[in-house]
Amino acid sequence: MSANNLNAEQIAAAAAHLERAELERYEVTKLTDDYPEMTYKDAFDIQWEIRRRKEERGHKVVGLKMGLTSWAKMKQMGVEHPCYGFLVDYFTVPDGGEVKFDELIHPKIEAEVAFVTKKALKGPGITIADVLAATDFLLPAVEVIDSRYKDFKFDLKSVIADNSSSTRFLTGGQMARVEDVDLKNFGVVMEINGEVVATGAGAAVLGHPAASVAMLANMFGERGEEIPAGTFIMTGGITAAVSVNKGDNFSVRYQGLGTVTGRFV
Amino acid sequence: MNQQQIQQCGDELYEAMVSRTTIKPLTERFDDISLDDAYHISLRMLERRLAAGERIIGKKIGVTSKAVQNMLNVHQPDFGYLTDKMAYSQGQEMPISEHLIQPKAEGEIAFVLKKDLLGPGLTNADVLAATDFVIPCFEVVDSRIENWKIKIQDTIADNASCGLFVLGDTAVDPRKIDLTTCGMVVEKNGQIISTGAGAAALGSPVNCVTWLANTLGKFGIPLKAGEVILSGSLVPLEPVKAGDFMTVSIGGIGSASVRFV
Repeated sequence: MSANNLNAEQIAAAAAHLERAELERYEVTKLTDDYPEMTYKDAFDIQWEIRRRKEERGHKVVGLKMGLTSWAKMKQMGVEHPCYGFLVDYFTVPDGGEVKFDELIHPKIEAEVAFVTKKALKGPGITIADVLAATDFLLPAVEVIDSRYKDFKFDLKSVIADNSSSTRFLTGGQMARVEDVDLKNFGVVMEINGEVVATGAGAAVLGHPAASVAMLANMFGERGEEIPAGTFIMTGGITAAVSVNKGDNFSVRYQGLGTVTGRFV
Repeated sequence: MNQQQIQQCGDELYEAMVSRTTIKPLTERFDDISLDDAYHISLRMLERRLAAGERIIGKKIGVTSKAVQNMLNVHQPDFGYLTDKMAYSQGQEMPISEHLIQPKAEGEIAFVLKKDLLGPGLTNADVLAATDFVIPCFEVVDSRIENWKIKIQDTIADNASCGLFVLGDTAVDPRKIDLTTCGMVVEKNGQIISTGAGAAALGSPVNCVTWLANTLGKFGIPLKAGEVILSGSLVPLEPVKAGDFMTVSIGGIGSASVRFV
């Protein structure tokens, strides 16, 4: 991993700036405009600083997520590598629940499969086999993403600093064991207001959703961090992200994993 | 269009197919061409194929995705006929230079029937009860119209742009899978190029077959036991050339592959 070009003070200021945009719901210009010299290490340090700020205020980290893992997403966003983010307690919305549109800037939704681990994963060198062996169960999930950047436009460093656009998520209640789901071929169907708006299959996530968890463990490993046992991990959108409006309801069906539904109010 | 024009267009399309050439869009030559005219032209083209010794073995449903419907500005599917000469087996080479002009491949779920289905008034339950099995399929669509410059009437007249098709070799009872959510992954030369799921075709592949049975039923034409019905693409069309190798896998059903030479 690259070294830092920003000092601790700049990193703290950038984290405060991006977190304020999230909490107070306004758009900002992308961070690389403010700090053209920033490195990937700087970008991740800013994200981890946002995480530290939230934990310091008493929020609990409830999981991790991978972003920009599908070819459709990378193409849509013009980036070439996936990224990760963290999830905290207030991001959680129950299945069938309401997402408050007015707390968000320009939300989009994507269908994902989530892994819950039963063993710690520490990269480098984590493979799909390690991930499958360490997985307790799978759950269907819908992630609401909301970039703090103007018009949802960014580059990879900027989106990493912005906690990979994380904001809200819902999980379904139907769990499955990894050996019972064909993770490459299982399909998802996303409907908004009763209309099918996107379909996809597991392979859209880096060829296999477990590859996404392996990449997360290896990226964590670069910082000397491990993914503890019991971690909830969303692996990335199987479909392109779809914009939503206030009043929209959505329903996502997963082959062998039930459904997740919710509404924007 | 009058009978003579219909016959002439059908003949031109048949001859274009046999000689691997393209013709100008019919809709550029006849501005009054109706959907009915177009289907009559396709029947003339079919008549020529049957006269040359081909045999009908099934039907295909096209224009089932929202993207293609929007492109053609129509809000219903279309259909064409499958003949024995169009069928290829899993792993068999598909010679573009002998049979195709400007081919594109699309992954589909094919239905094989065990009972006749005669609409109108049929429901998805009737279709499922009449289905022997579903099987993975690549349809290789092709157009006898210059540069695929088709309007809905052009593609209908041209046998719904059908070219050739390949069936996989895993037959699955439709009672055992969820056809709406079953996922599809298409790989070209070892790279995943698209994914989709059953709902991409009119909300469900079963809806497509039911639509076809009811549509043909209005003319007294049944879908017959033993026929293969291609239910419509679940992914975007992919242009192919000689040397390409493609695989489609469908969650809970299996896979099919095709090698273009």
